[in-house]
Amino acid sequence: MRATPVPEFMLEPAYDPNSDAGTSRDSLGLGRAAGAGLDVRHGTILTLEDINVSFDGFKALTNLSLYIGVGELRCIIGPNGAGKTTMMDVITGKTRPDNGKAYFGETLDLTRMSEVQIAQSGIGRKFQKPTVFEALSVFENLELALKTDKSVWASLRAKLSGEQRDRIDEVLSTIKLESSRHRTAGLLSHGQKQFLEIGMLLMQDPQLLLLDEPVAGMTDAETEFTAELFKSLARKHSLMVVEHDMGFVGSIADHVTVLHQGSVLAEGSLADVQADERVIEVYLGR
Amino acid sequence: MPTALLRLFPIFTLLLSLLAPHAQAGDAADFVAANPAKQATLLETWSAHPDAARLPLIEALQKGRLASDSNKAPFIQTDTGWQAAEGGDAQPASEPKKLPLNNRLRGLVGTAQASHQLLAKEPAVRLAAAQQLQKSAKPAQLQLLNARVASEDDDAVRDALSLALANLQLIDPDPAIRLAAVRLLGETGDPLARTRLETLLDPAVETDAGVRTAAETSLAQVKRRLLMGELLGQAFSGLSLGSILLLAALGLAITFGLLGVINMAHGEMLMLGAYSTYMVQILFQRFAPDALALYPLVALPVAFFVTAAIGMALERTVIRHLYGRPLETLLATWGISLILIQLVRVLFGAQNVEVANPAWLSGGVQVLPNLVLPYSRMVIIGFALFVVVLTWLLLNKTRLGLNVRAVTQNRNMAACCGVPTGRVDMLAFGLGSGIAGLGGVALSQIGNVGPDLGQSYIIDSFLVVVLGGVGQLAGSVMAAFGLGIANKILEPQIGAVLGKILILALIILFIQKRPQGLFALKGRVID
Amino acid sequence: MNQPISLTLAQKAGPKLTLGIGAVVLAILIILPLLHLLPADNSLQVSAYTLTLVGKILCYAIVALALDLVWGYAGLLSLGHGLFFALGGYAMGMYLMRESAGDGLPAFMVFLSWTELPWYWTGTQHFLWALCLVVLAPGLLALVFGFFAFRSRIKGVYFSIMTQALTFAGMLLFFRNETGFGGNNGFTNFRTILGFDITAQGTRTALFLAIVALLTCSLLLGWRLAKSKFGRVLTALRDAENRLMFCGYDPRGYKLFIWVLSAVLCGLAGALYVPLVGIINPSEMSPTNSIEAAVWVALGGRGSLIGPILGAGIVNGMKSWFTVAFPEYWLFALGALFIVVTLYLPKGVIGLLRKKGEQ
Repeated sequence: MRATPVPEFMLEPAYDPNSDAGTSRDSLGLGRAAGAGLDVRHGTILTLEDINVSFDGFKALTNLSLYIGVGELRCIIGPNGAGKTTMMDVITGKTRPDNGKAYFGETLDLTRMSEVQIAQSGIGRKFQKPTVFEALSVFENLELALKTDKSVWASLRAKLSGEQRDRIDEVLSTIKLESSRHRTAGLLSHGQKQFLEIGMLLMQDPQLLLLDEPVAGMTDAETEFTAELFKSLARKHSLMVVEHDMGFVGSIADHVTVLHQGSVLAEGSLADVQADERVIEVYLGR
Repeated sequence: MPTALLRLFPIFTLLLSLLAPHAQAGDAADFVAANPAKQATLLETWSAHPDAARLPLIEALQKGRLASDSNKAPFIQTDTGWQAAEGGDAQPASEPKKLPLNNRLRGLVGTAQASHQLLAKEPAVRLAAAQQLQKSAKPAQLQLLNARVASEDDDAVRDALSLALANLQLIDPDPAIRLAAVRLLGETGDPLARTRLETLLDPAVETDAGVRTAAETSLAQVKRRLLMGELLGQAFSGLSLGSILLLAALGLAITFGLLGVINMAHGEMLMLGAYSTYMVQILFQRFAPDALALYPLVALPVAFFVTAAIGMALERTVIRHLYGRPLETLLATWGISLILIQLVRVLFGAQNVEVANPAWLSGGVQVLPNLVLPYSRMVIIGFALFVVVLTWLLLNKTRLGLNVRAVTQNRNMAACCGVPTGRVDMLAFGLGSGIAGLGGVALSQIGNVGPDLGQSYIIDSFLVVVLGGVGQLAGSVMAAFGLGIANKILEPQIGAVLGKILILALIILFIQKRPQGLFALKGRVID
Repeated sequence: MNQPISLTLAQKAGPKLTLGIGAVVLAILIILPLLHLLPADNSLQVSAYTLTLVGKILCYAIVALALDLVWGYAGLLSLGHGLFFALGGYAMGMYLMRESAGDGLPAFMVFLSWTELPWYWTGTQHFLWALCLVVLAPGLLALVFGFFAFRSRIKGVYFSIMTQALTFAGMLLFFRNETGFGGNNGFTNFRTILGFDITAQGTRTALFLAIVALLTCSLLLGWRLAKSKFGRVLTALRDAENRLMFCGYDPRGYKLFIWVLSAVLCGLAGALYVPLVGIINPSEMSPTNSIEAAVWVALGGRGSLIGPILGAGIVNGMKSWFTVAFPEYWLFALGALFIVVTLYLPKGVIGLLRKKGEQ
């Protein structure tokens, strides 16, 4: 059963940009979630404790506990079916855990927020399969992702300010899609779509980025570039990257978590993890 | 009243009739000769003292076949000519003139016929007669009824007779007799007794306070007994409606749940099934009238194969191109349904065609005085369950079922494993359509068969599939019976239309609570 | 569903050409009713039959446009838009019935030997209140239904089926005499509107012009919406709802807004349709009518604004020709149209024209 908190009715523009002292953009007007920005007093941006998820008897996550620090770049590895995507589903509110705690910062209970509230409070996600708005142009894709008031009324009257235009241009050049700005996103190559989606995340400017296999389908050069990009993002943002490409993981991660059968098998630096007998057994192979 | 004498009474009449044969030999002549007032008296006398030998005369009267010639000799019209009413082979002196009867006399003839039929050998005839007398008995028949109640050996007939008797006694001037009658009525469970007792609550009708109180008590008893029947009746018609919904929705559950095709022409498959039944019936009437009773059994495979073949043809020509685009299948199949409906209109006419129940499907079991379970509906409930079991076996225990499930879950993988996906799609669609054809046979036995038959079921069937959960047979079964029973329970309270609207609202509210359980497979599926 | 949407012909074929064609069509639509005012013996006179027919088709075009806003842009195929159309029509019909009944009760109520008006008829003798009802009845129903439907994330075919069931239920309800809307026969025999004879040439002309105005306004509104960020959010919603949610948009508000707007447009179209045609009955709510509207949109071309209007014109033009020439075969033609459009014309007529334009 889904225990979604009933959000306030969403037509009225409850969002006042001036009252938004912190990062949580709450156009739904939920006072609890709004607060005075994200509370990260203890240096932890994401807390997962004893999360359990099961689908029709199959246990996707078992007593999963995981902590991500502020400004950290964490890589998650693990064999297929280890629960990596399900974990992201739990964090983004797509799947409700059967039990356990999931907190964003110290105060935001992710298990009680809707997907939209979670996204607005500052968690961005890139899907495993690149998902962009295929019927819109690259520029329009980025425009929609732009960090701004996202209520219905605002969209009806929205006009891009010069500053916002500059920001979009900036991201366009970061993801190297300036020349394709008016192309329909559906016509981009797989790798370009990956970059566009990353660009959309950048536009959202979230505090925590969840990236599901971001370099799949990219050339080596692109992968290298992405690694640089992520490293530059860390510290200002926290990143959680799920990836199978060990080379890529090695080039970016300071901290790696190995998932296996729905719980954490090992955690530590890449070297430590790679030396771990159990990890070699289930994942890396001998 | 001395009961011993009462018991003797029929024997006494019998003796009388034996001793004086031409006492009735003159009945017809007497009646023909009499004026209307005298005729009424005669009929009343006959009603009070029925005689088996007089039955042909009364039946002739009832059918308006009694006539007289110029000599005032009575004759009865037969299919071939005239027969003397007094027996013998006398011929009419002139073309006989039929006897005119006024409304009062006609009523009296009915009563007389009933009281004569009380002497019949078959309990069913006696029962019908007793039920007729409950409505029309005359005070003069009091003795007769008393006698028959005492001598009747069939329980159902005796109950019916008691009721007729009580009805008569209710207008007795003696409050004690009325009181006894009211108590007697209280022991029946008959809707007629309820209406009768309800009138007695009015002081203007019943002057005696004691009788009124007793009537109230009896009424409560009758109502309690009736309630049982009503509830069972509602549950039964709910089951019946549910089984029909199930037959309509089951095929849809396959095409929709397994293939992801929104087949708006599914209702027309029901319709075609019903028309196949009609055709089979026509063929039987023409070529094998003796075996006509068996035609529904033959219609089952015929309807199945006809609709399955049409379904497969549609799948190969149109639907095949639309997999993965459910909204498009919805529109295209709607177009198909328009064409099929119009085709049937052109071929068979826009009017309903007549599909008759064979004898073994008509009639029913009388469980309670106000509860008759028709055979046709009982057979359909059983049939629906049979089809569900068959479908389940087909999907879960056969190679075809395995292939269908494989294609449903992962089309590409199945193709790689050598499953001929195109053929499987076609067969699955044919199976869904064929089941609808079977449903059409069932529908033809309980409702009208016309070109628009399917249209009235399609929305309900979709609601069943949506409510039951996509691709789950068990869910469809539960949803069909749940919807059927809810419909029938709501209907008498708030009317059929409001009931339907309320159910729609309930479905919308229900899926608020259980959206993912009904609408999406649980799991890490994103778009 | 990943064909690029383009707003109108305007973007591809050059705004000048489109605006030119649009202006000519608009001019014709304004001159047409004026020709109706000519005396009957004038060879240029447009008959009442033609005017009513064209007016009817224009009303359907508004419905098609409204349906396209939810289907073509937001990806919600409604099979219940006939209900909103009919509700608007009934609201206007209530006013017309009161006008023709004067101080008494509408004829069908007298026939049912009712002695007083049901409560929901209160105030319907006032034109302004009737206008409010025209907007409120479909709008509120759409709001309530949409709120619950979008809250439980009903979409795709499930949404279509639920809307179809909704209009079916509405039809059953309005068929009842006790509902107080004239049962089977609905409303007819209107005499006056705002005191003017409803069959007079002048009234008919004014009604026709009102319909043209409503269509033009709907078109402009649709164009503005499609050009705004709101329109882009709707398209995004249609193609990747999850992505949109993770971008921080709440799809429910967007869906609800366009859904209610579309229902209100339909209601307005219905309100103008009824005085022009002179009758409204529950068969307008039959699922068949609503699904036919879907084929107008599909034939014309989803996700464009001109397409649905073209589609409504083509299908209804065909219909009026067929039902006179070959009444038996109309359903065959319509059925075939459904199949051909879905199989061979996924982008509709407008898609064909565009292809031609590019070559």
